[in-house]
Amino acid sequence: MPETLVALYIFVLSCFIGYWVIWGVTPSLHTPLIALTNAISGIVIVGALLVTGLEGVGTTAEIIGFFAVLLASINVFGGFLVTNRMLAMFNKKKK
Amino acid sequence: MMEISVNAQAIAYLVSAILFILALKGLTHPASAQRGNYLAMAGMVIAIVATLMGSEVRSYGFILAGVAVGGVIGTVIAMRIQMTAMPQLVAALHSFVGMAAVLVAIGTFLNKQADGLLNSVLMGELSAGIIIGAITFSGSVIAFGKLQGMISGRPVKFKGQHLLNALLAIATIGFAVHFALTESTVSLTIMTLLAFTLGFTLIIPIGGADMPVIVSMLNSYSGWAAAATGFTLQNNLLIIVGALVGFSGAILSLIMCRAMNRSIFNVVFGGFGTAGVEGDSAADDAMQKGVKSAAIEDAIYWMEDANKVIIIPGYGMAVAQAQHSMKELMEQLEARGVEVKFAIHPVAGRMPGHMNVLLAEADIPYENVVEMDEINPEFATADVALVVGANDVVNPAAKDDPTSPIYGMPVLDAGKAHHVFVIKRSMRPGYSGVENRLYYQDNTSLIFGDAKDVSEGMVNQLKGSAH
Repeated sequence: MPETLVALYIFVLSCFIGYWVIWGVTPSLHTPLIALTNAISGIVIVGALLVTGLEGVGTTAEIIGFFAVLLASINVFGGFLVTNRMLAMFNKKKK
Repeated sequence: MMEISVNAQAIAYLVSAILFILALKGLTHPASAQRGNYLAMAGMVIAIVATLMGSEVRSYGFILAGVAVGGVIGTVIAMRIQMTAMPQLVAALHSFVGMAAVLVAIGTFLNKQADGLLNSVLMGELSAGIIIGAITFSGSVIAFGKLQGMISGRPVKFKGQHLLNALLAIATIGFAVHFALTESTVSLTIMTLLAFTLGFTLIIPIGGADMPVIVSMLNSYSGWAAAATGFTLQNNLLIIVGALVGFSGAILSLIMCRAMNRSIFNVVFGGFGTAGVEGDSAADDAMQKGVKSAAIEDAIYWMEDANKVIIIPGYGMAVAQAQHSMKELMEQLEARGVEVKFAIHPVAGRMPGHMNVLLAEADIPYENVVEMDEINPEFATADVALVVGANDVVNPAAKDDPTSPIYGMPVLDAGKAHHVFVIKRSMRPGYSGVENRLYYQDNTSLIFGDAKDVSEGMVNQLKGSAH
């Protein structure tokens, strides 16, 4: 099976996982859900690392990659920390 | 750095993907949610470390610089941001994912071109990544501007809008096809610019109150952008995560649309209603329209001896930052033996779950915060319904007036409480531009003023009176 087709298999099956998992999320946590998915979509940082770190990468690609790493890092750090801040508020001890 | 094999890297990615899925699963309940977030963090660390240790990454200078600068910016923003500004922050972060996806795709193009590894399938995938990423970016920038109040929140409509968008979309795809077939850098550039424009023209017509749908939709796009990047790089982790995020946003959009009884098509292309003109004097206006206005004392009179008070927060509470005085009000009433609950409509505020976060910030236990379907039967037994800066979501016309534009939208049955008090700044109708029939009911009184001032006034009164 060609690799693109394998990728398609993975994509479609992951969509099903996403569908089932997300319907279970409680509505009161929809904002943290958006913040968390936002943080994990910072996974494009992996792509940014691969572009920037390539052996013998051209200067243009390296600079483009640098900005991609930077933006994705803002997402990863900002997204996870703000999610954590929000969830900590939901988790406070009841009186 | 120690190097790991391709297989070890693939296993690490698998572990990371599982952690992300478990993280989302953690959001099923507030008690397990924070652990979920830690799992996701672990997944991200594993993914990044495995990538850096792989054989493909050879130079680290720019990477370290990028992570350091981005990490500091992200951390500072996350620590300083006010909870009321969460919708804007999320929109900004979506735009970063979109832009990062565009940059990764262009960088990949340059790298593969230099190595002579381009082919049509790859260029097609690259184009998809760039187009989705660019639309996510410019769309989120507009959403940010609207949420931040930098751009008018009103729907911006002009003639031929749909035609323009359709032409832009067709042209974008046309240039993408040309690029994939010919490797033309000119087509790549034009396609990219057109996609940025399309994100702009798609989101600009949408009004502020439809933002819960738009924020969810852009959330979804940012996922699809990551998935497209995964296809380009043949990286399964990106594909899995992209699909999860994409579906998450899509489902949220669907939930929001249902809560407004509108199709996603209608939200995106409809441009619903225009905001009314602000009246001169709220109280005068009210007199003319035949509604009762009440003083804080009147509300307190009914609330302090009540058995049950249901508070309905809306966007007005967020704007006025009144969540903390809501908490004080709740405590004062509870000290008098009053049961206090908060009723949440799914589209209250500017993003899904917006009200819940603000109430949690104010330390209001989530047991007291109840979703629409669960709370609706309780209004009939409530002594007082206190509406704080909400409007269309309590309009009974949605239930019994088939001529109303919002007919069919599920609403909170606030009007069924014995007494209804509405804290409101003016008689301005809600975003739908529809008059709220609730205000003219015999059991309804309006308290004019800023949500925070009024609720603080209530708290002070309660503190003043002995019990």
